[in-house]
Amino acid sequence: MADRMVVEAGRGVTRRGALLGGAAAAAGALAAPAVHAQGPVTLRFVGTAVNQHQGIKDKVKEDLGVNLEYIAVTSDDVVRRAVTQPNSFDLMDLEFWMARRVVPTGNLVGLDTKRIKLADEITPALTRGEVGGRKLGSQGLAPWKILYMEGREAKGFAAKQTEWMTIIPTVYNADTLGIRPDRISRPIESWAELLNPEFRGRASILNVPAIGIMDAAMAVEASGRHKYADKGNMTRQEIDLTMAALTEAKRAGQFRAFWRDFNESVNLMASGEVVIQSMWSPAVTKVRSMGVPCVYQPLKEGYRAWAQGMGVPKTTTGRRLDAAYEFINWFLSGWAGAFLNRQGYYSAVLSTAQKHMEPYEWAFWMEGKPAERDIRAPDGTVMEKAGAVRDGGSFEQRMGSVACWNAVMDENDYMVRRWNEFIAA
Amino acid sequence: MSSSRPDAGGAAVLGAAAPSAPAARAGARTRRRPSGPGAAPYLQAAPLALVLLLFLVLPLLVTAAVSLWDYTEFTLVPDATLRNYREMFEGCLSGGACGTLRTYLSTLRLCALTLAVTLPLGFAVAYFLAFHVRSDGARTALFLVCTAPFLTSNVIRMISWIPLLGREGVVNRTLLGVGAVERPLDWLLYSEFAVVLAFVHLYTLFVVVPVFNSLMRIDLRLIEAARDAGASSPQILLHVVLPLAKPGLAIGAIFVGTLVMGDFVTVGVMGGQQIASVGKAIQTHAAYLQFPAAAAQSVVLLAVVLMMIAALTRLVDVRREL
Repeated sequence: MADRMVVEAGRGVTRRGALLGGAAAAAGALAAPAVHAQGPVTLRFVGTAVNQHQGIKDKVKEDLGVNLEYIAVTSDDVVRRAVTQPNSFDLMDLEFWMARRVVPTGNLVGLDTKRIKLADEITPALTRGEVGGRKLGSQGLAPWKILYMEGREAKGFAAKQTEWMTIIPTVYNADTLGIRPDRISRPIESWAELLNPEFRGRASILNVPAIGIMDAAMAVEASGRHKYADKGNMTRQEIDLTMAALTEAKRAGQFRAFWRDFNESVNLMASGEVVIQSMWSPAVTKVRSMGVPCVYQPLKEGYRAWAQGMGVPKTTTGRRLDAAYEFINWFLSGWAGAFLNRQGYYSAVLSTAQKHMEPYEWAFWMEGKPAERDIRAPDGTVMEKAGAVRDGGSFEQRMGSVACWNAVMDENDYMVRRWNEFIAA
Repeated sequence: MSSSRPDAGGAAVLGAAAPSAPAARAGARTRRRPSGPGAAPYLQAAPLALVLLLFLVLPLLVTAAVSLWDYTEFTLVPDATLRNYREMFEGCLSGGACGTLRTYLSTLRLCALTLAVTLPLGFAVAYFLAFHVRSDGARTALFLVCTAPFLTSNVIRMISWIPLLGREGVVNRTLLGVGAVERPLDWLLYSEFAVVLAFVHLYTLFVVVPVFNSLMRIDLRLIEAARDAGASSPQILLHVVLPLAKPGLAIGAIFVGTLVMGDFVTVGVMGGQQIASVGKAIQTHAAYLQFPAAAAQSVVLLAVVLMMIAALTRLVDVRREL
């Protein structure tokens, strides 16, 4: 009781009390001590660099008066932090497969969809697995399988829609192979080309076991060697078989190198060390902006997709929790969505992002139409010249062709051991 | 070592309790025998002993303890199981090389190759500095030149090799340009050669310094005596200088050996992530929160490195020579 009075007193002198509004009152009992209730809120925001742009930080400061303190780490470290140091951050940007590993620890709480204004507007590609009436591939950890939790403190996922979301989706994309069209003079149409001996010594995959093995599985399945029930959740036999195919290719000298981060993949491609490799969309753009031809090649077996969103640890309470909800609502309200769409990602709420984009930008990025004029990145650099068409086409064509989603397998321990052996082979 | 990170909290708690007991005991002893000869050396050694106890012995014990734990995808289960060791050597006994064995062979091979280059090279540089450079000023200046690579970060030093050695890098372009080769040489980068090259670049100084130290302590009258007795220059080098430089070489070998055995960054960057190393395996486990597996790997690595050092110290009595 005394606590609450102190808190109320504290809120009285807060300049931004009005802005945080009624939402704050609901969380009053959980509010932080009065000493924290002065001045603007700072949110410690952990994530990979995807959503961490200076532009977003500046805009959030301007629109909400909230300071974002970015803590950029690798995807492995996102999980490690969430599991081992949940009190070292207030807000986390994580992929769905990471959430699958963190939620059972109880360190992430369910987010109240009643406080997310645009919760119903989130694209059905993520909530139901539908794009333009087409059903998406659901192999791996498709977001709609683990989007909801039974309650705020639940340690598992709900089978159907509830009022609590695990993480609020923000950004997603469909990944495929990047190629150097100037070095490969014929059309590339299948994932099987990744293991094609024609590209011996000029191919690469990423050395993140959980994702690398899925790219390998796409290639193995495309070459007709095995049909997987679920590439994102293999049996031990399937893991053995996939790793055997990779090991065989590695021993034959198929791979020039493996990459672990964005810049490594850009360097491998731009320097000509590699002509075909698994890649991320902005990395392809980066290579192209260096004046090196590079195509994000659509393949007939479909894309490997990923999605990420904002999660909140149970240690975030009071004003910081209110600010976190405020920030998530802001993130879905369009400005940030347009910012992400302009880099080749997709935003969770498309309708609001469209309002913040020029019609020609929307036509290029989302509708797959030729660019009416030069397409610029958020920082103003020219990404595509007028007349260019986005690799893979429109949103419906790209997201509609998703075959599987980034995942973490039930047999993850075994898979990691086998991956280590593969690296040693 | 990242594998002990989750236990940092526990270590801190234990650490808080640990210093109080020895300190109190030491305090009592000084009070009883203020000028006693027994207390002072212990007191003098206490700070270092405490630091080593806290930051070396304790983390190692924790690592060893965790290596016996069980784990699931997201939890560590305190236990006394040999699962991690069993899984590590799975397949090793049923003939054929298992992953772990292959990883160790690959790491030891890198270690041997690196030593084979750094020891002669480091010795040659140290020999030049000790015997051919006469003025102390020039010697200091040249020593500083040796340390120049360390003015930039380890990662940058490695990455700068890439544009040089790549398929379309400077070396290959030059070779193609002068017609020395018809196709670019692939083995220059992302290969064992590249890894060893980077190690030599990074670690030769760690041989130069201790060998130089040994050489500077050689009494020049010994060399004069050898020459007076009719020894040729190669004989002097082989029978006088080299034996006296052995402790320096041994210390250098320990530095380089331990650094290479534990490395995962250089092997990763220069080997294109394709070459196995024990450090890399530990890192992969730790990245997937399989801390007990990583701890078990660390314990085995530690045992192997300690055996290597033990073997070296049997060859050379490092302590006597210091």
